[in-house]
Amino acid sequence: MSEKTYLQAISDGLRTEMRRDNRVFVLGEDVGVYGGAFKVTLGFQEEFGSWRVIDTPLSETAIVAGATGAAMMGLRPVAEMQFADFVSCAWDHLVTVAAKQRWRAGTPVPIVLRLPSGGGFSGGPFHSQNPESSFAHIPGLKCVCPATPEDAKGLMISAIEDPNPVLFFEHKHLYRRIKGEVPDERYTTPIGKARIHAEGDDVTVITWGAMVYTAEEAAKMVDASVEIVDLRTVMPWDKQAVLDSVRKTSKVLVLHEDTRTGGFGGEIAATIAEEAFEDLDAPVKRVTAPDSPVPFSPVLEKAFIPQPDGVAKALKELISY
Amino acid sequence: MAIARVAEPSGSLQEVREWGLDREDLLQIYRNMLITRGVEERGHILYRQGKIPGSFYTGRGNEASSVGVAMAMGADDVGTPLHRDMGVHITRGVEPWRIFAQYMGRADGPTHGRDGNVHMADSRLGLLAMVSHLPAMLPVAVGCALAFRIREEQRVAVAWYGEGASARGDTHEGMNFAGVRRLPVVFICDNNQWAYSTPTHLEYAVEHLADRANAYGFDGVVVDGTDVLAVYREAKRAIDKARGGGGPTLIECQTLRMEGHAVHDDAFYVPKELFERWAERDPIERFRTWLRSNADLSDDEEEQIGAYVKKLLNDALQKAEESPQPDPATLLDGVYATPEDLDTPHHK
Repeated sequence: MSEKTYLQAISDGLRTEMRRDNRVFVLGEDVGVYGGAFKVTLGFQEEFGSWRVIDTPLSETAIVAGATGAAMMGLRPVAEMQFADFVSCAWDHLVTVAAKQRWRAGTPVPIVLRLPSGGGFSGGPFHSQNPESSFAHIPGLKCVCPATPEDAKGLMISAIEDPNPVLFFEHKHLYRRIKGEVPDERYTTPIGKARIHAEGDDVTVITWGAMVYTAEEAAKMVDASVEIVDLRTVMPWDKQAVLDSVRKTSKVLVLHEDTRTGGFGGEIAATIAEEAFEDLDAPVKRVTAPDSPVPFSPVLEKAFIPQPDGVAKALKELISY
Repeated sequence: MAIARVAEPSGSLQEVREWGLDREDLLQIYRNMLITRGVEERGHILYRQGKIPGSFYTGRGNEASSVGVAMAMGADDVGTPLHRDMGVHITRGVEPWRIFAQYMGRADGPTHGRDGNVHMADSRLGLLAMVSHLPAMLPVAVGCALAFRIREEQRVAVAWYGEGASARGDTHEGMNFAGVRRLPVVFICDNNQWAYSTPTHLEYAVEHLADRANAYGFDGVVVDGTDVLAVYREAKRAIDKARGGGGPTLIECQTLRMEGHAVHDDAFYVPKELFERWAERDPIERFRTWLRSNADLSDDEEEQIGAYVKKLLNDALQKAEESPQPDPATLLDGVYATPEDLDTPHHK
């Protein structure tokens, strides 16, 4: 074990697989000489060479389509979008080609797409989004959203091993802020299994990514025992872990940084209503970003991204219901 | 001003031999062109009989272009043929009965009823199934070429697109990436002059689409897409060049789409004279004439080939009609791949 930042853990996972399996390669904008906009692949080109750490033209379509073709020819590409927001330029290749190719034509597409996502540092409308719900809606894609360094490494390795297109949402606000003990050896974290971040008896928070820490802060502000379920992966998602926690506490708050309408929290809330209605002592509550683009100004952004005090307020309402 | 090279028409038998085709190859090309057209003609009948759900697309007029290119590919090469390129599937060895089963949405079609018409491919034969979003498969083929380059394999990817799809950004991103990295990929533009109802002057403003190759740092060639031997020669040159590390080539095959965009479209917007003029250059009739005057194709041989194709298609139709409907209980199978699914010739 050694202490690593979330960012170092992602690098560690990627490097581990590149050393172990020469089919794994990296492509993206500025990933080589520069080491990536956030330095996740710093030093990779020196170690693995310029044909395994490929600086591409500014071409998100060609990056994802290129990864798709290379994957169908037997390689294991890990493609980087410089910011998750830019995946909109590659939507077609993820959704039209990669997601459907196995089902339709029998050719699996084992790619990993790294997506630095999330806000909290005035990135504005085009460098701060959390588009996981959009992709969770597409049959054939998997979406993982690690919150801890340990999970970041384990899920990276699982994503590379997985025979499907996996979108790896790495939250930028966790990159250097969050540190934790990470095993030095190779290990995998299962895709589709939640983690209980904090055990509690009175109320459950279902969340993922950076909001795990917001929930943790909020839990300190209320006089109750709060269970925090870190989904870790949004598609597939661990329905059983959610229902187990709901049955234990009978009160649920679903929390995400993405906007509200059509956000993945709606799917979770609907599932709870369908399958655990009798176990509830209060209506399911959602705390999310409002339905607006992500703002630039720190004041506006604070009003947009769910904050611990807002989550605490919602928890208090649930507790007193 | 044109920048791309305009290819010579096909030459004598002697020249053709120098390109690597023997007489049996020539007869194979002829057979494949006949099967290609025959499959689509029978498909039309099936459609009129109400046996094909959805719509129905053909590549009439494009037989020389699709068969000629596919004949020039190596066994380990891969390609992403589109809906006018039935000849590629036939030449790579897809059995016609499976194509009919695909048309009818049956369980034995390459997509088992999950996708229709020419949205199919047998990956074991080096083909990747197209999607409707053209030319989305073009940068995917570039990715295949990237894999070949990374592994230093002597393989080539062939990417098809049309003059309509040339207007989309995928074309630009794919070609630019391929040019920058000198990847072993050959781009085939089936320029059949009509993107649905849109004529070429509303799709592009250069003289030839192949001229654009120059802007990506590789060669462009314009070839008569009704001349199967000229298409073969240019494809062979380009594929050999790519295999040898010489980077991409863009080949523009000029043809005319001899039918509507799909079966519902009578192509009223295409001038009659244009159809008449191009009908005189029918690729199959052209090649038959060439074979008779250059390769001593006899009446007997023609009859034999005709009978072979007829029987092949009749048997195929019967077998396809016997193919079961897909089982609704299997709808969710394979939405997500399993590790075992990676046990394919390509994923090793």
